[in-house]
Amino acid sequence: MMSFKIIVFAKQVPDTTEVRVDPIKGTLIRDGVKSIMNPEDKNALEAALQLKDRYGAKVTVITMGPPSAEAILRESYAMGADEAVLVTDPLYAGADTWVTSMILAKAAQIVGFDLILTGRQAIDGDTAQVGIEIAEHLKIPVIAYAVDLKIEGERVIVTRELDSTYEVVSAKLPCLVTCTKELNKPRYMKVGNIFGCFDRPISIFNNSVLKFDKNEVGLVGSPTKVRRTFTKGPKEQGTIFNGSADEAAQLILSKLKAEKLITEQ
Amino acid sequence: MIMVYCEQRNGELLNVGLELIGKAVELSKNLDGEVTAVVCGNKITHLSDKISQYGATRVIIVEHPLLEKYTVDAYTEALYQVISSENPDILLIGATFTGRELGPRLAARLKTGLTADCTNLEIDPESKLLLMTRPAFGGNLMATIICPERRPQMATIRPGVFPLPKTDIQRKAEVYILTPKLSEEDIKVKIQQIIAKVRKHKDITAERVIVAGGRGVGSKENFELLEELAELLGGGIAGSRAAVDEGWLSKDLQVGQTGKVVRPKLYIAVGISGAIQHLAGMQESEYIIAINKDPEAPIMKVADLAIVGDWKPIVRRLIQQLKQTMDIQEEKIS
Repeated sequence: MMSFKIIVFAKQVPDTTEVRVDPIKGTLIRDGVKSIMNPEDKNALEAALQLKDRYGAKVTVITMGPPSAEAILRESYAMGADEAVLVTDPLYAGADTWVTSMILAKAAQIVGFDLILTGRQAIDGDTAQVGIEIAEHLKIPVIAYAVDLKIEGERVIVTRELDSTYEVVSAKLPCLVTCTKELNKPRYMKVGNIFGCFDRPISIFNNSVLKFDKNEVGLVGSPTKVRRTFTKGPKEQGTIFNGSADEAAQLILSKLKAEKLITEQ
Repeated sequence: MIMVYCEQRNGELLNVGLELIGKAVELSKNLDGEVTAVVCGNKITHLSDKISQYGATRVIIVEHPLLEKYTVDAYTEALYQVISSENPDILLIGATFTGRELGPRLAARLKTGLTADCTNLEIDPESKLLLMTRPAFGGNLMATIICPERRPQMATIRPGVFPLPKTDIQRKAEVYILTPKLSEEDIKVKIQQIIAKVRKHKDITAERVIVAGGRGVGSKENFELLEELAELLGGGIAGSRAAVDEGWLSKDLQVGQTGKVVRPKLYIAVGISGAIQHLAGMQESEYIIAINKDPEAPIMKVADLAIVGDWKPIVRRLIQQLKQTMDIQEEKIS
């Protein structure tokens, strides 16, 4: 199955657990916040590498972003990816999920694929839309929220997690699957690969490769626009108490009684 | 016209669709006043009465044997056909797992924008555009999104974000029954098996009291103390994304933008700093108590009672005192 082609879509994201809001200025404090490969995209890459280990496959990682997003492609090489593509063009800046998925779908068509894997959602936007929208642009089936994945003949068989059920579903390849962190535990980079990963070539897909009209991409082509951003205005300050544990517990208890939150017989 | 997709499972409507009808009725006062509810399935005509009571002016029942079980392929195609003929200005979808799958597939087919997990919806008085507000950037910032040209303007909204509206049995909506064109070949992803999840605990959105823990709780074992407190108060436990990511709690107990939105009578936040992502899931609670070492933590700003200190001795003392109070009450009764 060496001719079996897997595309993994990955995104570089700020480690949002480290982002904080400046309480006075109401702006984001981004200084010193490191960029990482979106965690569930890493699960998708791991799933692809496991299929490669088992059956043989060519794994291509594609990311879209500024030139610095190259870092996660180097990391992908160090984990075991075979090829890497950076989709980057100033014209693409400000793209919403609809335009992003349209651009990535075209990149996928150029690379070619039997299976596409991507994370369920990115931690900076949490929309969970891009993967599913890529599938619609490509007119291929989509299976979201994978917790288990295997290939049987020409079909992919996935267990996916929904609110109150698990579903075992299957679809004929080609197909796109969005992966959750329950799917696997991503491997570490291999030391041998780390040395080599900086010399490996990265294909650049800019707009001279993808050939979109400038009016259909980026902020201009995006159906949705951000009208404004803001931090939440503070609610009226409640009671603040700073004292001993004993006093604190008594205060809580008295408030619970006053608010009728514990039943007084 | 505003269209609301009402999800049903085994012939029962999910509350989120009804919550969205309530919001749509409110929004429609600034538009043409029309709210159309759409429900897909097989043999579900009985649902129209209930939907009418919540305030929709029209109900479209989309029935087909191939809609018996939810599949993204059949449901997208059925809704695509309805939307293409009805041309709503706005389409609202509950952000359940299936809604968050159906929404993007449908938006891409309709070539329109979609805003996920909105926490507020308004109509701009001048442009009449839908203002869709959601937490962004890991929940550290709020963003108001518009979809100025393409239609419909689509949004998904988590269950519990808007209250369930009051019903009125007098209300009667116009009801239409529609059979979409679907064939077996449209369904590319085949369901082989459906396995019910075993629930160890109650759905947190139904809890009256929630004791929630975050990274500051420190370990899985420490959650046993929170569980004891929750039990004494007749409620359940929950946690922040950090606590779930650490593996201390299962994902269905996560409160926040990517978890569940809760509005209990009492919410006690223990060792939770309160990123907007978490606040978005709990700030509508009626009474909030926060216990945190850091007096500057954002959770302390939304709390009705903010206790600065080490949570463990405080919770231990509180458990003790609650038990004493209950003993006394039992003595009074006997």
